[in-house]
Amino acid sequence: MTTTQTTRIRVNGKPRDVSRGLTVRGLLEELELHPGMVVVELNREILERDGYDDVPVNEGDTIELVHFVGGG
Amino acid sequence: MADTQTIAAAAHALDRPLVIGGVELGSRLIVGTGKYRTNQVMIDAIRASGAEMVTVAVRRVDLDRTKQEGILHHLSPDEFFLLANTAGCYTAADAIRYARLARAAGFNEFVKLEVIGDESTLLPDVLATVEAAKQLAGDGFKVMAYTNDDLITALRLEDAGCVAVMPLASPIGSGLGVVNPYFIREIKRRLSVPVIVDAGVGTASDACVTMEQGVDGVLMNTALAAADDPVRMAHAMRHAMIAGRLAFLAGRMPAREIAVPSSPTSGMLD
Repeated sequence: MTTTQTTRIRVNGKPRDVSRGLTVRGLLEELELHPGMVVVELNREILERDGYDDVPVNEGDTIELVHFVGGG
Repeated sequence: MADTQTIAAAAHALDRPLVIGGVELGSRLIVGTGKYRTNQVMIDAIRASGAEMVTVAVRRVDLDRTKQEGILHHLSPDEFFLLANTAGCYTAADAIRYARLARAAGFNEFVKLEVIGDESTLLPDVLATVEAAKQLAGDGFKVMAYTNDDLITALRLEDAGCVAVMPLASPIGSGLGVVNPYFIREIKRRLSVPVIVDAGVGTASDACVTMEQGVDGVLMNTALAAADDPVRMAHAMRHAMIAGRLAFLAGRMPAREIAVPSSPTSGMLD
């Protein structure tokens, strides 16, 4: 894959090249994550699940993907 | 286990249920889900404890899949009431961010607010906790706030709109039990919202003594997860919680430092 076909974003603190033109739903699919199992924060804004199809992933975006883990 | 069911039924008949923020719980024990050796041991121990509310933490998904996957693969939100925490946060702003991420997961509006002030003792930053509690309660959250065993902070957290105030028994993960029962009793006496003792319980007797102070419940994690046999310890905790609660409701005899005979002193032979 050449750089023209990818978009450089930052996911969970690390740079990552993903396919160009993805929506948030597409990004989750590319990362093999179930949309119901994660919460997405895009540039410090929490996204509603029903908006994943409408929100594009842009060059330079900072994305946090979080879920629940064991804790006290 | 018929024996356990009988004891739970007795507790149910002799006590009223715990209600936090409008949610009725069949157990006064709330348990964490961290630090278990395996997910199977965790789920077995939680079931044995009888707890209905369980805490979870919010963390980044591990995109390399080298670590554990999300806990919801093992713990059904239909079986347990999930209480997300803000563990690991050192500022009010971070705690609020984590609480909002947790709420966006879509289960409920409850949060276990925890703002740590010191790395070595994990004691809470009470100023930041009160500040975060005010903002979160104003934003519609049902806040259960982890705090020190300090009455004034507890009163401020109640004023801030918390649905439960959760003073520590002793530092997180220490297993030292209730180091200041007087402060815990005083907090319980003065607050109207439920008082849940959170952190520091090490073994069953600690849970029992804690409940004997009259508090509404106990939240624990390490006491189960770090026991040699977490499932056995969970059974013990379930019994200890009920024992302590019923002993409190029963009202103990006065303690005296002199002996008083239990058998009649009259009618003795010459």
